[in-house]
Amino acid sequence: MNIITQNESPPWFSIAVLSMSALAYEILLMRLFSIIQWHHFAYMIISLALLGYGASGTFLSLFRNYLLPRYPRVYLINIILFGFSSLLCYLISQQIRFNAEEIFWDAGQPLRLMAVYILLSLPFFFVATAIGLSFIRYQNDISRIYAADLLGAGSGSILVIALLFSVLPDDTLRYIFALAMLAAMLACWELYRADLYRSRLRLLFVMLFVLLLTMLIVFILPKSWTELQLSPYKGLSQTLRVTGARVVSEHSSPLGLISVVENPVIPFRHAPGLSLNATDEPPEQVGVFIDGDAMTAITHYDGDRQTLAYLDQLSSSLPYHLSTIKDVLILGAGGGADVLQAKYHKVQHISSVELDKQIIKLIRTEYKNFSGRIYNDNVNVYAEEARGFVVGDEKNYDLIQLVLTDSFGAASAGLYALSESYLYTVEALQEYLARLKPGGYLAISRWIKLPPRDTLKLFATAIDALRNNESHQIAQQLVLIRSLQTSTLLIKNTSFTAHELLSLNRFVNERSFDVAYYPGMKIDEANRYNIISSPLFYSGAMSLLGDKRNDFMQRYKFNIEPATDDKPYFFNYFKWRVLPEILALKGRGGVSLLESGYLILATTLLQSFFLSFIIIILPLMFFKRSKIRSSNKVINVRAFIYFLAIGLAFIFIEIAFIQKFIRFLHHPILSIAVVLASFLIFSGLGSLRSRRFVHLKQYDTGVKLSVLIIVVTGMGYTAFLGTAFTYLIGLPVILKVVLSIVLIAPLAYCMGMLFPIGMSRLSAISPELVPWVWGVNGCASVLGAILSTLLAIHFGFTFVIFFALALYTLAVVSSAGWLCDG
Amino acid sequence: MLLATGLCLTGLMTASASLAETDYTKSREKLIRSIEQDVRETASFIGTGKLDERVMQTMLKVPRHEFVPGLLRGLAYKNQPLPIGHGQTISQPYIVALMSSLLSVKPTDRALEIGTGSGYQAAILAELAGQVFTIEIIDELAKQASFVLDKQGYKNIKKRIGDGYYGWQAHAPFDVIVVTAAAGHIPPPLIRQLKPGGRMVIPVGSRFMVQQLVLVEKDNNGKVSTRQILPVKFVPLTGKHD
Repeated sequence: MNIITQNESPPWFSIAVLSMSALAYEILLMRLFSIIQWHHFAYMIISLALLGYGASGTFLSLFRNYLLPRYPRVYLINIILFGFSSLLCYLISQQIRFNAEEIFWDAGQPLRLMAVYILLSLPFFFVATAIGLSFIRYQNDISRIYAADLLGAGSGSILVIALLFSVLPDDTLRYIFALAMLAAMLACWELYRADLYRSRLRLLFVMLFVLLLTMLIVFILPKSWTELQLSPYKGLSQTLRVTGARVVSEHSSPLGLISVVENPVIPFRHAPGLSLNATDEPPEQVGVFIDGDAMTAITHYDGDRQTLAYLDQLSSSLPYHLSTIKDVLILGAGGGADVLQAKYHKVQHISSVELDKQIIKLIRTEYKNFSGRIYNDNVNVYAEEARGFVVGDEKNYDLIQLVLTDSFGAASAGLYALSESYLYTVEALQEYLARLKPGGYLAISRWIKLPPRDTLKLFATAIDALRNNESHQIAQQLVLIRSLQTSTLLIKNTSFTAHELLSLNRFVNERSFDVAYYPGMKIDEANRYNIISSPLFYSGAMSLLGDKRNDFMQRYKFNIEPATDDKPYFFNYFKWRVLPEILALKGRGGVSLLESGYLILATTLLQSFFLSFIIIILPLMFFKRSKIRSSNKVINVRAFIYFLAIGLAFIFIEIAFIQKFIRFLHHPILSIAVVLASFLIFSGLGSLRSRRFVHLKQYDTGVKLSVLIIVVTGMGYTAFLGTAFTYLIGLPVILKVVLSIVLIAPLAYCMGMLFPIGMSRLSAISPELVPWVWGVNGCASVLGAILSTLLAIHFGFTFVIFFALALYTLAVVSSAGWLCDG
Repeated sequence: MLLATGLCLTGLMTASASLAETDYTKSREKLIRSIEQDVRETASFIGTGKLDERVMQTMLKVPRHEFVPGLLRGLAYKNQPLPIGHGQTISQPYIVALMSSLLSVKPTDRALEIGTGSGYQAAILAELAGQVFTIEIIDELAKQASFVLDKQGYKNIKKRIGDGYYGWQAHAPFDVIVVTAAAGHIPPPLIRQLKPGGRMVIPVGSRFMVQQLVLVEKDNNGKVSTRQILPVKFVPLTGKHD
């Protein structure tokens, strides 16, 4: 049935280009859904959609005998279907009005969510069917097929990042469609060359012509077809409903889609935490939205200092009232309000750091005059990641301001729970403190959430940072104030002086702000102007400074344990034990206390487990019914464990390393691009190398040797990478990139060998299991991506790496009996 | 399968829409009992076990189903927020009752509402206060709410489409103010337009899940303070430790 001519080789190029477009599509969908919904829903939707890979394994298991003789047609049709479904399924899914926030109220929402899952899993199903069927057909070439798959995917990760820098996300969709059509054209040519379409030269040319035409037509489709339909509940959608509001420009990068909104009729008035006593209002502003939310504002400044007086009515202006500030460093400057605040207070030297170059460019070009040339004159502006800048910088400052960047709405709904942030970790605070002049301040502002969460978590983080710096007077080095909606924490390397505390009290009383903590504070000073049921901020701060701090954190209903570089989830406040209590209050507003981001991750995992179970169990039932001879139970179980373990471990290590390298490469996009591409490409090369073991029938040797190198390298990296990074962090970026690639290469190379060795062996002894384990591996990748985040939240990324190494060891154990040499 | 389920749901909702007026009255009575139950359970946070009797009578009277989109009428008397289009919601009845009660509205009061939305809160205020002034920034919502309020025969509500940030200076000062959306700060003009002794309420949180209410009070000397009320039974935070 599976007759392969002698000179017939697998369609390498089309497999590579198909994988390239599939991976690019996956990353693009994450971006698109982060824009139209929120990040964690993007995560949920895409994870589930990827189960299309698993489902194809089931499909191939069930219909293998029908599909295999029709390989050329099925392979080509699946590529074409991927192309069309990548575009159409996304467009249809945009029409499904799913609203995440209503999920607890509206029984129709889960159905809509399910419809989105099904639609988006189709493209991945087609890709996996095309590649999976190739594995079955070319059983002697599994290593090279897998290599083409990985090398293509590696290139896809670089390609999509490059595309997102140059075109808008919705336009990127067209390029991916075109790429899929290119894969189809290559497939036609390869199938023809492999004798599969030899007699049909005319047909070949017709098909090439049609595909080329389709590829080009997608670029002339009306823009409105692919336009993003943002959730009506996102900040940008709400803003655009207001009379006069319009998007004047959009700028894309992998960091986010920036939409600039002007409204000459009803201007923006962004002034988080403005005093109740303020009489001044913000001047005209332009809104800058990142991914349709998280607004920052560019404020009009015509040189008249008085128009900025409102900035002195924010809690963040406290340090300017405690002593003379000559040098300020602003981290996460965004639209520049904090730069203006420094200007208002006549600071001589202002340094401003903003990760997103496009925002800096906006202020320097389009809004140069509007913003009063704030980024042009006497302000040093750096387009860098905040911590990377602080570590590399040699200057010291009177004040370092960490700006409130996340949006209030998203923060209050717990939407950032899954976002790692290296800005608010213990180590980060230590690095900031190291850059302060004697007597200088580190100031961090946050939104107020009730019951208190992030403000207390930040306070606990500051205590740990000072403790790690071997400070003996921690209680003397902290000040915490709050307005109605924001809190500002000040940390010093030395004790606050009596004069400073006097100024502090004057500042808060004039503005009706509350002091939550200062050295020597009495309880009756708390909770005076912005009254809450009890002085929770004060009592929380006191408990955190006291002897029973750990006890307090353990019993507190939210997770307020300090975030570290190994567990960089500052925004996750969820605790499992509180869930029953919150759910019991579902109908009475209690759901608002749920940190939804975390719970959605857990739900995603449950759904994935459930679907994976069905996907995996279904073919087994089929085997039983059809009494397929070699479905030996022992092989089934061991092969299942082997492919599940290597699938999980691969993704665990990949994700953990992306996180580890963010600290080294500083820029998250750079880290994702370098680490992801390196892992995929070197695994691809490893897969090529695995042919040697397969040809010599040294399956067992190949697996054991690879796992040995993986475990030794992994453990070595876990032990020494942190220290090595500390010494090497000052190297030029290009050298750091090269070094990262060199470090990842051996690990990825060996990781890439295990799948093809296992598959090759299985195709020799139990060929009917090949599509099944292909599905198992697909499910493992999905489960791995979700599990790794959950594990990292609870135990840290180092644990994730060790867990992965343990899984690789388990793979060796489960290879006994079927993956033997000879 | 999916389509069939969707159609069934739609059918159910449409059937509910044709409920008789007597059914609506019964539903309102049931809703009031649900609100009273919630109030009792959250008494320690909102500072009372019973809301203003006038407010409860008003809630019993105002037909909430008139203020929600046709398809959702069957859910109008559930104690939950509902979408009204344009990215906005009609608040949970318990929150509306609590807000209205916190304002301690007198029949002679002048009330200002920033964010008319569905018009439901304006209708409640119109029953409680002498004169209501309401401003909505989204044209379509303002027109829809105006239509419903006129249909319900409210004569003491003045409506305007526009920017609520500056309040309504021509009719200031106000005894009570309700602000339905204030993400970053309370607009200084609104504080200025609040009478000494006046009260302002602002719900804070996401649209479908109000997390807390902020009650702004201006004393007779013009001094302003806020009180945050967490209308959710969720304490103590640290068990016995507190």
